[in-house]
Parts: sequence; C-alpha cells; structure tokens
Amino acid sequence: MRKIDLIEDFRSSSRIRALLRLIYKELDREINIMEVCGGHTHTIVKYGLNQVVPKGIRFIHGPGCPVCVMPKERIDQAIALSEKEDVILVTLGDMIKVPGSNSSLAKKRAEGKDVRVVYSPIDSVRIARDNPGKKVVYFAIGFETTAPMTASVIEIALKEGIRNLFFHINHILILPAMNVIIDRKESNIDAFIAPSHVSVITGASMYNNIVEKYRTPLVVAGFEPVDVLEGVLMVIKQFKDKRREVEIQYRRAISWDGNRKAQYLIERFFKTRDSFRWRGLGNIPVSGLQLRKEYEFMDVEVVFSEILPKGNVEDHQLCICGDILRGVAKPTDCPVFGRGCSPINPLGACMVSSEGACAVYYKYGAVDG
Amino acid sequence: MDRVLLSHGSGGEETHRLIKSLFIKYFSNEELNKMEDSAILKSPTEIAFTTDSFVVSPIFFKGGDIGKLSVAGTVNDLAVMGAKPLYMSCSFIIEEGLSLLDLERIVVSMALEAEKSGVKIVTGDTKVVPNGFGDKVYITTSGIGKVVYRGLSAFNLEEGDCIIVSGTVGDHGACIFSQREGIDLFTELSSDCASIWKMVEPLFESGVRIKAMRDPTRGGLAGVLNDWAESSGVEIEVNIEDIPVRKEVNGICEFLGFEPYYLPNEGMVVIAVEEKDTERTLEILKGTDLGKESKLIGRVLKKAKGRVVLRSPYGARVVIEKPSGELLPRIC
Repeated sequence: MRKIDLIEDFRSSSRIRALLRLIYKELDREINIMEVCGGHTHTIVKYGLNQVVPKGIRFIHGPGCPVCVMPKERIDQAIALSEKEDVILVTLGDMIKVPGSNSSLAKKRAEGKDVRVVYSPIDSVRIARDNPGKKVVYFAIGFETTAPMTASVIEIALKEGIRNLFFHINHILILPAMNVIIDRKESNIDAFIAPSHVSVITGASMYNNIVEKYRTPLVVAGFEPVDVLEGVLMVIKQFKDKRREVEIQYRRAISWDGNRKAQYLIERFFKTRDSFRWRGLGNIPVSGLQLRKEYEFMDVEVVFSEILPKGNVEDHQLCICGDILRGVAKPTDCPVFGRGCSPINPLGACMVSSEGACAVYYKYGAVDG
Repeated sequence: MDRVLLSHGSGGEETHRLIKSLFIKYFSNEELNKMEDSAILKSPTEIAFTTDSFVVSPIFFKGGDIGKLSVAGTVNDLAVMGAKPLYMSCSFIIEEGLSLLDLERIVVSMALEAEKSGVKIVTGDTKVVPNGFGDKVYITTSGIGKVVYRGLSAFNLEEGDCIIVSGTVGDHGACIFSQREGIDLFTELSSDCASIWKMVEPLFESGVRIKAMRDPTRGGLAGVLNDWAESSGVEIEVNIEDIPVRKEVNGICEFLGFEPYYLPNEGMVVIAVEEKDTERTLEILKGTDLGKESKLIGRVLKKAKGRVVLRSPYGARVVIEKPSGELLPRIC
C-alpha cells in the first residue's frame, strides 16, 4: 500500500472534487457552520472552499485566533515591559505587529528596545541563560495548543535553576468562548467545525457538553481542504440522520482523551482565572489561565505588577474586529477593510495575525467578478 | 586563525596587501589589475546598468554563499533586461573579526560565478567596520551589460500572453529560512542561487517574442506577477497545480506559515511570452542546465484592473495580493 502523504493527499483536487460532489448530493437544507479556529478560516478562504460549496452552506468565522482576541491592554502591558531597560521581551511572530494603544512591540524594537521573536518558546531559556544580567519576559499567548509548550519551558527553567526568566501568561481556553457565542444567539450557528490543534491536546470528548446542551452537530476536523470538506459532509449527514454528536474527522491526530502528558503540564503550572477579557467578546468567566500561586515568583503580573498599566482599552472606533470575532460580521462588512486597515498598517488584530479573518480575506481575496 | 582587522580597511599597507592577495588574485583582469581609481571600459552602444546590495544571513548556505549570490544577483538583473553582463564592481563592508578564510571562500565563489557568465569584476572597494557594527559581511555589486534584446518591460503584457517559470518556486527563500538560527530545520533543500545568463541567452538569439522577464527575488512569483498585472493593466490567471514547487519547500512553508509563491528564488526567471512562441520557449529553456523544470503556469486573461488570480482545478478563484506585512528575515 502506498504511504499517505500528509500534505499532498489532503490537498488533492480530485478528492476535493469528489467531496464536493457528495456535499452537493447530500445537502437538503441550509446550514450555518461556525469554524471556530482561525486555522480553518485560513484554509477555507485560501483554497476558496467558501466559493465552491453549495449556497446553503454558510461559514461563520469564529474567535479561535489567539492574537486576534487579545485585548489591547495586554499588548500595552507587553509594551510597558519592553520599555524597561533591563528587560528582554520575547514572543512569537505575529504578536510584535499588533497595535496597542499608542505603539507596538515592532515599533519598540525599532526604537532600540530589546524585543525578540522566537519560533520556539524554548529559545527563551537560552536567551535567559545567555543574558544573566537581564530579566527575560516571555509573553505567552495561545489556546490549549500552546499552553503545554509554555508549561514545559517553565519546567525546564525550574530544572536548570534559571532565575531571570518570567512569564506573562495570556493563555486562554476555547470552550468558554464557544459557550458564550452560542448563548448570545447573535450568529445563528447550526453546527461547529471544532478546532484541530486544541483538540489534539484536550481530546474530543471536551465538546460533549456543547452537543448535549445545544443540540448542534460538531465535527473535529483537520486543517487541510480535504479535512474541512469531509468535516462539512459529516455535519450534513448528522442533520440527515437526525443525529447530534461529536465526531472526529481528524482521526490521524485526535483521540477522545487527548494528550495526557500535555494536560498534566497545564494542570501542574496553571490554574484558571476568575475571568479574562477577550477582544470582541468581553469578560468571559474561567476562560483564561494564570500561573499557580507557588510559581508567582516567575509571574510577570506579580513581579512587575507596579509597572503594568491597568484598566481596559477599547478598540479603534472604526474597527469591527469585535463583531467579526463574534461571527456577526465578515471582514468585507468593515468600512475600513483594505482602505484604512491593511496588513501593512493594521487598525485591529484581525488584520495582523495570519489566522485573523481580515488578514486572510485580504491575502486571499475572493474573485468578485 | 587570521581575521579581518580594522587596519585592513584603513587604506594603508594592510588594505593594499589584502587587495593584492585576495581580490586581484582571484578576480584578475586587465582593467582591475591596473588598480587605478576607476576602471576604464569600452562601452557598447546601448548598455544596461544595475546595482544591488547583499546582506544575507547565514552568509554560507546550502547551494551558495553571499559571494555567489552577489554576482548572480547582479548578473540576473542585467540578463532579465536582455543585457549580456560585461563588467561588475564589488564593494565589501566587512565586520572586524571575519575570518580571512571565510572571506577567501566568498571571493573564490564570486570569481567562479563571474566566470560562468563571462563577466569581469573590474573595480571594487573594501571597508571594515568595528565588531558589532555589521553582521560579518555585506556586499554591494553593480553591473554593466550590453543590451542584446530590446523592449522587455513590465508594461508589455497583453491578452493571451503565456506565463512561464524556468524552475521550481521558492527554493532560495525556503532554504535560507530553514537554516536560520532558531529554526534549524533539517532538510536537503538547496538554494537555487545561480546566474541565469546562459539559460536565457539562447532565448534572446532564437527569435521568440518575449514580452517581459524577471527573476523573482524578494516578493517571489506573486510579487513579479502583481507588478506585471498592475503595470500592463491586465488580469493574470495562474493554475495553482501547474506551479512547480519542491516537496521540501512545501513542507518548510507548512512549518513556517508561508506560501511558496511569496518566497524568493535566486536562479529562476518568470517569462511572459506571446502564445504562439510558448512551445518554442519551453523547448529552448528545457535544453539548458538551469531550465529543465520550466513550465507554463498561466496566462493573461484580459485587460482589467491589474490583479493576479490563482485558479484551482475544482473551480475556486482566489486573488493573490502583493506581498506585504510579512516578517521576513534577511534573505538576499
């Protein structure tokens, strides 16, 4: 038997065509599907799947883009940290371009502040080791997907006795956000394509409550176009069979129970916050993580508490990122999309992250004529 | 190990010795060897003139180094304007402490690359900056070429013209990214860094009607096609499945979240050619060492507000924007 190619076989146009034929054949009603994760939005727009599925399938883009949902006050905190002479601020790629109230980490770097982009969070350990006279702050973002990576960096730092590495924890949880979106009933969601990478960590059984409570089909699908279309087909079949359940399309990576080791790491170092403010969604109870009390000596929010700006910062008044993240507007509904706001000069975070709906629409715009 | 010192750039005895023992030794030609303040050249009637600076990191990479790149880059800028490369200048800004062996490796690689296109390096300069004020070495090259094929221009594209690439897309960029500090992906992928003059010379002699030619460096294939579409006021449609991309490049793009068509090449050209000459163009390119993987990837659809559309075999059409807002490390 031929080995499966993890990229090409899941982008194959003959498979995409075959799945589309089945979708056209099976679909007998209108379905609004929220793809929760920005990775799926990226796939749907990049491959033009939204153009080729039947009109009855409507994709609603969800809030699963960690850079996009980070409120400005958290960015301002990172900027304030970067301004301290003895701090090296370390973070992941997209984050440095996100505009805060008056500046961005990229601008701070241009001003000579020590802001470093890493591809792997573990590099922050090396940076701390190489700069014993500095305080290294790792600005951690992401859902359950990246929280275990941050946790393992903490574990390594502890093991190696590194004392000058601190963590600004902005990890968030996807389930509370999904619940809020459904409860508000603003966006008429009939079914979910659930996140892939988050589910690799958490396991698919996490979604059982959603399906029981709201009676919406939910399919955990992979990130390639063949995955997404198969996920859509599985949703359609659930409606036809009058089933409402959690199904796994992304079987090559996802189990019901998830990655126990990673879950243990999260559990060991983090606890849930009472509340975390999301851009666009506002305060959501128990939706964020913070370091446990016994690790507060490396918690930026404790150690640097005095210099962190407090209070909430609202978005630019023309920016509709909030509506987009709640699934009630599309990027193209925004008056400044592609005009006042573009990846070179973003007003809001949805235009910054490569998984942000606005950036995706901008980069792979659909042909409108 | 011997290293470059500030005194090597002071203009005195050490500078002189470095020039003699390295640059004259490897670049030797009648014009350069005179070591006058400028080289006196014989000029053909119509010349092309170009300049480019090279700051790539790492300076040695699979498939090339900053020296090879600095010669090929300028040769290619001349070649895509239909000019046969004749003379080049090269200017080094060296960070104090660079090993002389590394510098020699770079100079040898420049000499070898120049020989491939028959271009002479006739003048140059060396400056040394204190440690910490540069990153090992930066090279600026300028080139003069004799125009042998007139009229190549981004403004020439018309309905029906065909778009050809002479090789796989994104190799140089993917290679550099994979070897950057902090990424260190293990891959066999090499940069495509090469001088393209010998590949395109037979095209210029063949009589095929070429409209435009570009080497897709920064901005990649998407950058070139968007420039053409905008300058000529046309819509270009590219079939996604026809764009040749190496498996390794696809894999690296997958890791880092890039598209191959935004990544640079350094030894490949994009060509717009009249439809009737497409077959002949492909045949000629495929007969050269560098052009074996040449492919027709799309065509100019119609007069329109300039845009580039990627077409999928299952019917989706997606506009490919100009490259912008990316976090790009130093690649050339």
